[in-house]
This record gives sequence, C-alpha cells and structure tokens, in this order.
Amino acid sequence: MTAATRRRILQIAPAMAIIGFFMVAPLGLMAYVSLLQKGVNGGVVWDVHTTEAYVNFIFERDFDDSLIVNTDYLQIFARSFGLSLLTAVLALAIGFPTALYMAMQPEGRRNLLIFLVTIPFWTNLLVRNYAWILLLRNGGLVEGLLRWLGLSDQPLGLMYTPYAVSIGLTYSYLPFMVLPIYASLEKLDSRLIEAAFDLGADRRRALTRVILPLAVPGIAAGCILVFVPALGAYVTPELLGGGKSMMIGNLIQGQFAAARNWPFGAALAFALLAIVLLAMMIYLMRFRRAPAAP
Amino acid sequence: MERPAIEARGLSKTFGSGLDAVHALDDVSLTIRQNEFFTLLGPSGCGKTTLLRLIGGFEQPSGGDIFLEGQQLTGLPPFKRPINTVFQSYALFPHLTVGQNVAFGLEMLGRPKKEREARVEQMLALVKLQGYANRRPTQLSGGQQQRVALARALASQPKVLLLDEPLSALDLKLRKEMQIELKRLQTETGITFVFVTHDQEEALTMSDRLAVMESGQILQIGAPTEIYEHPQRRFVADFIGETNFLEGRIEVAGDTAVAHLACGGKLSLNGQAGAPSSNGEAVTLAVRPERAVIAPAGAEGLSARIGAVVYMGTDTTYHLTLTDGTAFIVRSQNNEGARLDLASGAEVKVQIAPAAVQRLAD
Repeated sequence: MTAATRRRILQIAPAMAIIGFFMVAPLGLMAYVSLLQKGVNGGVVWDVHTTEAYVNFIFERDFDDSLIVNTDYLQIFARSFGLSLLTAVLALAIGFPTALYMAMQPEGRRNLLIFLVTIPFWTNLLVRNYAWILLLRNGGLVEGLLRWLGLSDQPLGLMYTPYAVSIGLTYSYLPFMVLPIYASLEKLDSRLIEAAFDLGADRRRALTRVILPLAVPGIAAGCILVFVPALGAYVTPELLGGGKSMMIGNLIQGQFAAARNWPFGAALAFALLAIVLLAMMIYLMRFRRAPAAP
Repeated sequence: MERPAIEARGLSKTFGSGLDAVHALDDVSLTIRQNEFFTLLGPSGCGKTTLLRLIGGFEQPSGGDIFLEGQQLTGLPPFKRPINTVFQSYALFPHLTVGQNVAFGLEMLGRPKKEREARVEQMLALVKLQGYANRRPTQLSGGQQQRVALARALASQPKVLLLDEPLSALDLKLRKEMQIELKRLQTETGITFVFVTHDQEEALTMSDRLAVMESGQILQIGAPTEIYEHPQRRFVADFIGETNFLEGRIEVAGDTAVAHLACGGKLSLNGQAGAPSSNGEAVTLAVRPERAVIAPAGAEGLSARIGAVVYMGTDTTYHLTLTDGTAFIVRSQNNEGARLDLASGAEVKVQIAPAAVQRLAD
C-alpha cells in the first residue's frame, strides 16, 4: 500500500466510521434479526436461522403446514401507499403555489417566509398532531367554523378516518415539498419568464410551458421527500387514524411491541426499505439528466 | 404619410418614490420609422434599456404614451404586443430544444404544426443553423445561442424587434461578424429593429438612425453621419468619437461671424456654426481630430506646441497644447509616409476649415 493510498483511506475514515456506525451497523443488525426465529416471549433466538419472517409477509401457514396466500399485510402496504400518494399530491397542490409565491417576493421578504415555513419544526410532531385532533374532532374548531359560515350543521365526522390521517400527513410534511420547489424556482432566471411573455405566452402558459418544466427537479425531490417519510409514518396514523387505518409504521411498531415478533417486524421494515429504494431508483433514472436552469 | 413603427410621446419612468425616486426616463419623445435599424446609444444608466423595456411592455410608463403603427400600446401586456425581444443573456429555454425554442412564439399564436415546422426550418436557415433543431441550447456556443435567440424572436414575424445589447457577451471577432449578420437579417426580413448599445462604433456602423441618450433624456437623433459630423451637444460630441473643444466669444461683422477663442486665435464660422448670434456671445466649438491640419509655425492658424506623437500605422495622432493650455488632438493620415518633421516639442500652427467647426448648444 503506497503512502498516497494510505492517506486517502485515512481521509475518508471519519466519514466511513460515521456511516458504518449510524447506518450500516443498525441496518445489518436488523437484517440479521429478520432472519432469526422469534423467541417465545419476544426477542429472538439468536442461533436459529430461518426465512420464516419473509414467508409470513405474503403467506399464512395452515394447520397442515401448507402455505396459503395472505393479503392482509399487502393490503396495509397498499393502504400506506395510497395514503402517502394522496399526501404527496395534496402537498404538491398546496406546496407549489406557496413556493411560487415565496420565490416571487423581494429578497428580504423571502427569508422571512422560509423562516415561517420552518417554524412548525420547532414543536414536537406529537404535540402538533394533538393540535390537529382539537381542530378536526366533532365539535372542534373546523366544525365550529363551518357551522358559523353556515356551510354545514352536521357533526364533522372526519376524525379517525383515512382523510384525517391524510390531512395530518400533508400538514406534517408540507415544508419538505415547499422548500425544494422554492429552491428550484428561486434560481429560475426571471428573464426566461419575460421571454415567454414576450413570445406571446399569457400567465397560464408561461406557468405550464416554462416555470413548471423548469421546476420539475424540485417537484420530484419534494414528492420523494414527502412520499417516503409519509410511507413510514407512525405518530399521525396512530393519533388521527385512531387505530382504524393502520399504516406500515404502526404495523412494524406492533410487531416489535404487542406481537413480540421481532423477526417479522424487521422483515416488514426491509420490505418497506426495498420499496423506497425502488422509488428512489426510478426517480434517479427519470430525472438524473433533468435540465438545470443556467 | 407612412405611419411610424414606434412613436413615443412624453414618455417618463420613475422607479421608487419620494427621496429614493430614480427618474430613469424623463419626458422622452421619439419616432422610429418603418423598416428602420434604429439604435439607442448611451452609457449605462442613461435609460436606454428602460425605454426598450417600456416598448416591450415589461415595464409600464409613469407618464406618456407609446404607439405602434398609430395604435396605443400603453397598458398592453408583453404577450399582446406584436413586438419580440432578443435579450442580453439570450434567455433561451433550457428545457426545450433549439427547434422548440424557435417554434415557441408560433405555438403561442396557435399556428398549426406543419406551418411551425416549416417556419423553424426557414428561420434556422436564415441564421445559418440548419440541422441544429434537435440540439439543446446549452450544447451551443455563445454565438450560436445568439443566433437561436434571433431566430426565435423573428419566427413569429413581429412588427418590431427589440435587441438589448445582444452582442455584448460575444468576443470581438464574433461581434463584428454578428454586426454584419444583424444588418443583413434586418434588410432581408424588413422588420423594424430597435437596438440598444453602449458601443458607439457598433451604433455608427449598423444604424440607419440613432438616438444618443444621457440621464434619461434623448440628446440628439439622427443618421450616423449627422451625429458624428454635427453633434449638437457637448455630451454627444464627446461620447461619439474623439473631439476637441474650444471656448470663445462670437464677433459678428456683417454676414460673417468670427469666434475669438480663449487661446487667442480666431476661427471664422460659416452656415450652421455662425447662425443667428449676437456680439460677445459665449460659444463652445467642437472640432474632430481628423478635420484639423498641422501647418508650419510661419503659416496661418492657431499656435500650438506638439506634446506626444502617437504613430498608429495608417495614421498618426498628435497631442498638442494651445497657448492657453487647452489640449488639442490632431489625427492625420500617413498617405505619404510618416512626417518626421513633426516631433515632440515643435512649435506649429493648427488650421481648421470653417466647415469643420461645429457649434455646440451647451
């Protein structure tokens, strides 16, 4: 080993140590756990190796030991996907106009707006979700507002439904949509918009033909940043869904806690990880060569 | 009478308000004729770009009106004006191909696909970029991007094309090429070009007429020869080419007027330079360096001493000092080789023909 090679290895050693300690080691441990047999009273039997946990994800073992397809877990995954997708779409619908508005403000004002967008992060997620319970519950603030406006005199009935979960998730992850889109819009050359106007594009077509396509990298990043954590959300479905719309996060938590089935919980976590990685790969292949604003 | 392509009446534009207010344009009126290559020339901050942006509709005037072929433009947004712009930075859409960039304006006008494709071909041929339709703008050189920007702006056949210092980002050789190219495009398309530049040489070589601007006002409008030969204001004479300024007082005797200069000499004035004036009136005269002649010390003319002599091949520049200390530059062509007798320190006379003297209004 030459001195140069040794120096290079030493230089990247801290980074490698951090990645190894905080990412590879825990993941490796979980991967190992997912391939063990569950202990009778929880935990795992450390010396019995089996792929049973992964089999259980799709199949159910009948009395005669034959495998029957069990779609219960796939349904939970599908619901999580649906809710996360809805969340990403809602966050995009709210986030894009917000980011566009922010990017059009004078410079000093923009920094203030970014600051305002990040303020919710200063409060614990749990507290913020409880706040949404107060807003959405029957007799809550939203219902009161609708009643006052004369739009409805029925109880809201929104709490503990998938819609409540979706609203909560959208709220929680909205900043992750706004900020990347803002970043791509902010560096967009305003002369391109002027050029579009100049060539006969009205506001709508300047938006759809120039601004939107150039914001695509930001939009894609925002969608990933909202979709992925929404997929593994735990607190929001627990509090706002009232245990009626279980998502992957709750399922995994249940396996480690109540069901005392660590290998299965770990296997579920890896199934989720595989899906997320697949989504990331699709993103990279689709947008790697996305045109950047000059 | 033919309607002017662009007419501006009493146009003003103020940015900000109160003490911070900047008067970018101050009561500007001008008329740009059809099919004209018209240049707005001035130093940065003179308001030429603001005037262009008002014509394009990117800014709204604080006062006054703009007309396009007699039709009121004021208040119309840029996308409703049959006027296109070539931006200084080109502003090509990076997410579209060259062909899509050129077709953009036609698409916005709702022209059918067949026509758009034919027109893109035609425009790319016009700017000599055949076969580049499927490239991305970022794959092109600066000069090529410039041509695409021109093709894009010309594709929808605007009534007026605005060019905002389009050549400033190009290197000298390319800039000379594009100057000729632009002039050719203007002649071939017959579209009125309004060109903004701070480069006086560019303005002189390309324009049919030009307007010299300073501090939000138009100082003089005219053909390049008129602006160069007969500048009316000190700023115009100074900004375009080199000029000698002579201060003096006028003495009228019958039909002729003579200026008694501060340096002690006399210059007889004819026609324009002598025109109605009264005895003793203070006057500033401008003389181009190439219009003055150096004569031997014994001849008629203004006494001067030669300072520096700068030999430049085709011609030589003599930096003289008049008797009152005024600097005076004479440039003479080396038709018969360099004149070795005119060395630094020599006493000479400067002869100026009456026709070479231009009287300034300020």
